[in-house]
Amino acid sequence: MKKTYKIDVDCANCANKMEQAAKETAGVADATVNFMALKMNVEFEEGADVKAVMAEVLKNCKKVEDDCEIFI
Amino acid sequence: MNKKQKKVLIRIIAAAVMMIVLLPIPLEEKSILRFLLFLIPYFTIGYDILRKAFKGIKNKQVFDENFLMAVATIGAMALGEYTEGVAVMLFYQIGELFQSYAVGKSRRNISALMDIRPDFANVMLDGKLTQIDPDEVEVGSEIIVQPGEKIPIDGIVVNGVSTLDTAALTGESVPRSAKPSDEVISGCINMSGVLTIKTTKEFGESTASKILDLVENASSKKSKPENFISKFARIYTPVVCYLAVALAVLPPVIRAIVGMNPLWSQWIYRALTFLVISCPCALVISIPLTFFAGIGGASREGVLVKGSNYLDLLSKAKIAVMDKTGTLTEGVFKVTKLVPVDISAEKLLEITAMAEVYSNHPISKSLKDSYNRPIDTSRVTDVEEISGQGIRATVDGAIVYAGNEKLMSSIGVNILNVTEPGTVIHVVVDDKYEGYILISDQLKATSKSAIAAMKKAGISQTVMLTGDSKNVADIVSGELGIDKTFSELLPADKVEKVEELLELKEAKEQLIFVGDGINDAPVLSRADVGIAMGALGSDAAIEAADIVLMDDDPMKIAKAIGISKKCMRIVYENIYFAIGVKVLCLLLGAIGIANMWYAIFADVGVMVLAVLNAIRALRVRNV
Repeated sequence: MKKTYKIDVDCANCANKMEQAAKETAGVADATVNFMALKMNVEFEEGADVKAVMAEVLKNCKKVEDDCEIFI
Repeated sequence: MNKKQKKVLIRIIAAAVMMIVLLPIPLEEKSILRFLLFLIPYFTIGYDILRKAFKGIKNKQVFDENFLMAVATIGAMALGEYTEGVAVMLFYQIGELFQSYAVGKSRRNISALMDIRPDFANVMLDGKLTQIDPDEVEVGSEIIVQPGEKIPIDGIVVNGVSTLDTAALTGESVPRSAKPSDEVISGCINMSGVLTIKTTKEFGESTASKILDLVENASSKKSKPENFISKFARIYTPVVCYLAVALAVLPPVIRAIVGMNPLWSQWIYRALTFLVISCPCALVISIPLTFFAGIGGASREGVLVKGSNYLDLLSKAKIAVMDKTGTLTEGVFKVTKLVPVDISAEKLLEITAMAEVYSNHPISKSLKDSYNRPIDTSRVTDVEEISGQGIRATVDGAIVYAGNEKLMSSIGVNILNVTEPGTVIHVVVDDKYEGYILISDQLKATSKSAIAAMKKAGISQTVMLTGDSKNVADIVSGELGIDKTFSELLPADKVEKVEELLELKEAKEQLIFVGDGINDAPVLSRADVGIAMGALGSDAAIEAADIVLMDDDPMKIAKAIGISKKCMRIVYENIYFAIGVKVLCLLLGAIGIANMWYAIFADVGVMVLAVLNAIRALRVRNV
């Protein structure tokens, strides 16, 4: 399953870091962050609990870039 | 400017004013008082960077630009270079502010370009015109669109005559007319009269929504340069940090060993300069910005690109494979000749039109248009379509075969030899050959110049695929100057031909396929880049293609290639320029020629230039 989230982040490199962090989160099959459109596309693994996974994604993103937000 | 940016601007001005006040005060170099005074502007401008760097270290994400800047400026302050410490922070913040302003500005620019999102729909409720959310309008309801408003949902005009501005959708400035029973698409602006429209789709399925969805989700497929840059940034920053440590430690140690003065502070200063130069911001921001601007500029011209990787591939296009009907020709067939054998011409047309009554093929449609009378379908039974050949049906009890030469030879009927270009439909009634109908299609006015423009844009081979007869195909391709033609293909053969061409080409060359989206979805997805044209109203094409041309002008193909080339040129300019200047400055910094002032100007300057260059990708009107 794929979902798109609006995000807020200030710099392009931070967006790359968020992408990397999201990708490495358990339950995420793939993720891309589009800095210019301020969007994150997340592809979930089969049977993943979207809410729980996204909470984890947000936590991991905050770890790599404190100043970011995902509008879940 | 938003709130965050204003806050940064105020801090920049405050710190700059403090510096101007502090600098002329005659204080002893490296005195405690001077140090404390300079700490005020330093913290004013840099507290957030220092905080972020600290948090990064805490979260084990050490190497980022905040860390680089924090170490460089703290080092400078420690070495007693107070002015430089503050200045580096100050200019770094100016650069960041400029970048965030430029990004925000182009975001707004591009969303303004794609301002086709309808906000409301007018419906009659209890005899009163009421504005409601277009999401709530059901299929088949009647909506009213007043002059100056956007059509919110696709539909058919029931009442009213007007002209429509389609510029936001197609880039085409000539308005279209709309009258009862015309299909209209959402996103057009109603210019003159009041229109009553019966909706044929839901809001979410309407053209405007689909296009917005496509544009907003573009560039989730990232191009090679973008992936390169994000990898580069991940490796580059730590490498530079280690190099800086080496630069600070090794030369003094070696000097000390050979008995020279180690000059610790000089080498540490050089290492700090090194850190300032190395900030990768220019690259990291300018590449996605260029693609974003390129995709935005293209959509203003009616060329919708589904991801930045397709711009990259399109710029390397060498082989252009095109469908004939609907792409190079109008796709509107007209009956141009009736050649009956024993029956009257009118009877020949009538029988054929009846046999084809259930078919939606453009040829059948032209027969029915030409017959132009209501058809009593009860007279037609047992209709069977024979793919790629024609049709078999029972009309008034007689078995009718209508189709091409293949069909005739398969049922073993001798036919007249036809030499004129066009599609020939031979007609057999109860095993007797009754003559043929000639249907032809016209070339689009711009097809010939479009092929020439493609060649100019770097296409080395043009290929035309068609289900039409060899005769027609050769005449068309000769007239247009097409290199290779494959005719008499069934839809499945087209995929096969494209696969053959894909195998023959060199790996670096890209193959594009251009079709009108009808019947060629499999080919569109098989090609390196699938381009669907005339996509207004064709959902299948929008789904299957990588690039969508909003109108059906083949000149747009060369234009799309031109846009992609401009965008990629800017991308590579920025990569080479930014990396080149950085490497040069790193070398100069290492040998002590460039000081921290050079470093910060190199860093911010390269970033500003790269961003300005990136924004150029938005201007593609005359590409």
